[in-house]
Parts: sequence; structure tokens; C-alpha cells
Amino acid sequence: MARPVQYNVKNGGGKAIHIVAPPEGHTGEGFFTTKLSDVVGLARKNSLWPLPFATSCCGIEFMATMGAHYDLARFGAERVGFSPRQCDLLMVMGTIAKKMGPVLRQVYLQMAEPRWVLSMGACASSGGIFDTYSVLQGIDQIIPVDVYIPGCPPRPEAVLDGFMKIQELVGKESIRRRNGEQYKQLMESYGIQ
Amino acid sequence: MLGLANGYRLTANSSEMALTNETIQERLIAKFGDLVTNFEAPYGMLCFEAPKDQNLKLLQFLYDDPELRFQFLTTLCAVHYPQQKGRELAVVYHLHNLQDNVRIRFKVFTDITTPDIFTATNLYAAANWMERETYDFFGVNFIGHPNLKRILNVDEMDYFPMRKEFPLEDGTRIDKDDAMFGR
Repeated sequence: MARPVQYNVKNGGGKAIHIVAPPEGHTGEGFFTTKLSDVVGLARKNSLWPLPFATSCCGIEFMATMGAHYDLARFGAERVGFSPRQCDLLMVMGTIAKKMGPVLRQVYLQMAEPRWVLSMGACASSGGIFDTYSVLQGIDQIIPVDVYIPGCPPRPEAVLDGFMKIQELVGKESIRRRNGEQYKQLMESYGIQ
Repeated sequence: MLGLANGYRLTANSSEMALTNETIQERLIAKFGDLVTNFEAPYGMLCFEAPKDQNLKLLQFLYDDPELRFQFLTTLCAVHYPQQKGRELAVVYHLHNLQDNVRIRFKVFTDITTPDIFTATNLYAAANWMERETYDFFGVNFIGHPNLKRILNVDEMDYFPMRKEFPLEDGTRIDKDDAMFGR
């Protein structure tokens, strides 16, 4: 039987409710001050729009992750977008053949900054068992990757863990990072603009 | 039901003289003599060889002959035998007679330095993509093919990956420790 709503709201059972701590800042009567980058990070990391680039079995695990049982929506990633222009997080899941490489790169280029990339599973990360002439040996040969999830395929829990790692990166990222020299060098090393 | 029964009887009648491997072999030898060689029937499937410049004549005969009627090209591929000097590449045609449900295999061999074979696209439209695939992986040059370019691999690829001299593994792989693979 479903729990009555009041159970969730009033916490009749007296269980401890955990609330995420606010970012560092000063609190006073009716105000709270903090760094802009913290607020932006908080907003970004809790509303990531993933773009699933699913090419094989890892994509099936991702479907389970999106489903009710594991529920990626809990992390603010309810909205899975299929347009690169609207998404923040490119999730590459599955074997990327060399012929698919330019397509993946094109999708990455079409995404607007700030953008993050998550490489799920052995194939996307390193080529996996497909050590062969036709398969790209890791997507980091063509696009920069933020988080790698090991596994063949990874369990949905691992995907959630990887996603939380991405959230951590997003939350802590300085809003100036994308204009920085280091970031430009990273992009240039991939031949992007 | 009646139609089915009639249809069955028709099939039964027409297969009174079922097309056997021996019949096919006799007809081929009657027409081409010594040109067709190496008859064998592994697992009951007739298999034979002909010189590569005769491939179209043979395919045409197999197609047109009222008894043989091999009018369906099931598949076409190549095999690389590096140790057979002068006949390194084999092009194999799998043909199917749909009326009698008989399949055969037909091989032609070619030197790897001049891998030129006449295209079968004018006879079998299905040969178009299969020959492109065979070109893509083995570098067999099908003379007269309307669009002989790579079909599965990336266009930039500069070798024919299924030839034995090329490694299966990708050269850019860095994470594999040979000791872990017993090498």
C-alpha cells in the first residue's frame, strides 16, 4: 500500500531527515550570501540534461538507470534530451566504431558550453573487448572525457555513481574555467577551434 | 486446402528428377570440360572451382540452364590463403536453386598482385553490395562494378583488413599488458 502523503510531509515516524548543507556563506536575519559560482554550480549540478549516445548494451543498462527502480530523475536528470544544443552532459554508452567517431565528435561540437562528457563502460572508455581495426579504442581519442565508468556493462548503481561524480565536478567548477588558458589548451589538443 | 494439395503435387511432379550433385557435375563437365575442377561435396554441398576469367560464363550457364536454374546469389565473399603462391585470394559464390532447393559453392582463385575478377552485378543485382564488401575487406578488384568503393569500413582506411598480413588488433590500443594475455 502506498504511504499517505502526510507520512512524507510530517515525518510522523520521527526519522532523521537529511538536508544537503548549503554552500559556504554568511547567514543572517532573512538573507544569505555566498559566491556566485557556488550558486551557479548548485543550479547546474541539480538540473543536468543528459544526452544519451547509446550504441549497445551499456545503453540497455542506462535504460534501467532511467527506469523507476534506479531512477536517475532523483538527481535532477529527469529530462533526457535528444538535441545536443539543449543538453549539458553527453553520455557515451557503448562501442564506438571508427566510422561512428566523426558523428560522435559532431554531436559534441554541437553542444553548447558548459558541457560534460561521461564515458560509460569498457568499450567507450578503451575499446573494451573490441581490440580491432574497426573500433575506436576509447572516445578520449576524439573528445575530452570527464568521468569514466568501468564495467562491461556497468550496473545501474555504477552509472549513478558516475553521474554523482559528474555532479561533483559540475558543482565545484569555477564559472571562469571555460574561459581559462588550461581549458583552451585542452580543446586545442583535440583540435576543437 | 485444394490449392495447397495441388501445389504440393506440382512440386512433387517437378522434383521427380530431383537435381542431384551428380547431375550438376555432369552438366558442368559436358559444357565446360576440364575448366571446372576440384569437385567435392563437404556436408553434401557441391563445391567446385574454375579459372577466374571464366567466372561470368559459368555463372551465366548456371543461371540460364533450364535444369540448373541457380538464379539466387546467397552470398559472395573472399578468402585469403597466403601460403598458396599465385592463387592467394579465393572468391566464393554461394548459389541457390530456389525451385529445387539446392545450394552449391563456386570458387575462383586469383593472384594477390592482380586481384581482378569480373563483376557479377549484371547477372545478380545482389552482387553489388557483396562485391563492395569483398573489395573493402580483401581488395578484390571487380572489373565492371558500377560503384566499387568501401562499404563498411571508414573511407580513409588505406589497407584491406581481412588480408592475413594485417593484424586484427588496433595499433592505437595502449591499455593492454601483453603479459596478461600470455604473450
